[in-house]
Amino acid sequence: MAETALLEIENLHAWYGPSHILHGISLRVKEGEVVALVGRNGAGKTTTLRAMMGLMPKATGRVRFAGRELLPLRAHQRFHLGLAYVPEERRIVPGLSVRENLRLGLVAAGSDIEERAAIDEIAETFPRLKERLDQEGVTLSGGEQQMLAIARALIARPRMILLDEPSEGIMPVLVEEMGVLFRRLRDEGKTLLLVEQNVEWALRLADRAVIIDQGEVVHEGSAAALLSDKAIQDRYCAV
Amino acid sequence: MDLSLIIMQLLSGIALGAVLVITALGLTIVFGMLGVVNFAHGALFMIGAYAGLYLASLTGSFWWGLLLAPILIGAFGMLIEFLLIRRLYGRSIDDPLLLTFGLSYVLVEGVRIVFGSDGIPFPTPPQLIGVLDLGIGFFPRYRLFVILLVAVVLLVLWLMLEKTRVGLIVRAGARDPTIMQVLGVDIGRVWLAIFGLGVALAALGGVLAGPMRSVNPEMGSLVLAEAFVVTVIGGLGSIVGAVVAGLMVGVSISLVALFAPEMATIVMFALMAVVLLIRPQGLFGVKGRTA
Repeated sequence: MAETALLEIENLHAWYGPSHILHGISLRVKEGEVVALVGRNGAGKTTTLRAMMGLMPKATGRVRFAGRELLPLRAHQRFHLGLAYVPEERRIVPGLSVRENLRLGLVAAGSDIEERAAIDEIAETFPRLKERLDQEGVTLSGGEQQMLAIARALIARPRMILLDEPSEGIMPVLVEEMGVLFRRLRDEGKTLLLVEQNVEWALRLADRAVIIDQGEVVHEGSAAALLSDKAIQDRYCAV
Repeated sequence: MDLSLIIMQLLSGIALGAVLVITALGLTIVFGMLGVVNFAHGALFMIGAYAGLYLASLTGSFWWGLLLAPILIGAFGMLIEFLLIRRLYGRSIDDPLLLTFGLSYVLVEGVRIVFGSDGIPFPTPPQLIGVLDLGIGFFPRYRLFVILLVAVVLLVLWLMLEKTRVGLIVRAGARDPTIMQVLGVDIGRVWLAIFGLGVALAALGGVLAGPMRSVNPEMGSLVLAEAFVVTVIGGLGSIVGAVVAGLMVGVSISLVALFAPEMATIVMFALMAVVLLIRPQGLFGVKGRTA
């Protein structure tokens, strides 16, 4: 594990029009680490990810990823640094088949990834998608769409993946499958930042946890320690 | 009235419709992808006709005019997007509409100053003068050429859209530009190219229409109205819709002209009214995106 952080956020502020959502978030994620970002609804978890991806109208502070300053970049440039994002809404593109949605993950990637081989490979990882490659993406069940969104983000082999509530509204059996997948990704050396409402599940997967509340970091520590500390969980994460 | 006459009139309608299809296609692609209602589309059609005429006389060949005018005017369209339209993304749909509305006046007046207000004849290329014997009647060679060329352009566009990586980006970008940015696509560059393509199609329509209509600074305003009718009938943003509706309008005008010439100009508006009453989103439009 590298000593310097792969992702380093310092004093991140973000606004939606006049509303000031993030009030100086600071956090670090080391390469190969799985970090759970938890907190109540509206605490600013999604906004933190969106600001990192350049999708907020206004954001200030410092976000360094792989040695590069992200905030001055245009949104699409983050992909080329190896940063992937699976938004909460999944954003499976209507009118496109599962295969085409997967191909979208590669349209901007360099020519060093061969499309057909990459789709075959990802289909092996996601057997549920393999059977439905030619079906329209939005006709999949919610859980399968989530799998597709994750597969689409993984296909270009990013260094780090930001996941926004991947377990939301999904059958328990699929949540289980997803947990297995995330552990495997971790074993492969991928770095994950996992935003979750399903706190226990996320903490069991993560190495470390960061809790944010009202746009500020209120707790940071090992995931295992937080898992056994019901008092803090109730204070900041109870719905 | 015999059948062969009706068939010949049908062919005329398809030729008329072919130019409408190309023009409406540019309008509908730009709307579907960028959400911009381009009121300068008719003026750019007119500029295309003038550019074709000018380049044809400069090079001595219609074919150079046909090839170069869409490229040049398409590049001009990209300049318009880069300098003007781009600043209005994310604002109300009225803003680019008003901007292009004003731009169309600037373009029309500009052409009037440079080329004068009078119509200029656009000579038919020598290879396409005259008529062809189809067995059941004689049909102008030029119109046949227009039908074939438009068919080829449509085929190429379709292949690009359905079979290439760029086409996939365009189809997905029209539905969800945000996810395309997340996936590393510089969507601004895609929009620039699409606006250029839309304008190039208007210019191509203008050059093709040149020998069939007279070239004058006002020729774009009727075309704009026709192109809007076609896109509304077909469904705003729908490419298939533009093709079907363009041919439908062209054929209707031609056939009605055969039986009741005085009704020919209003038939397309009647068609639009009927479609709007029955299917407000247009024949191939997406629900919720009504005209």
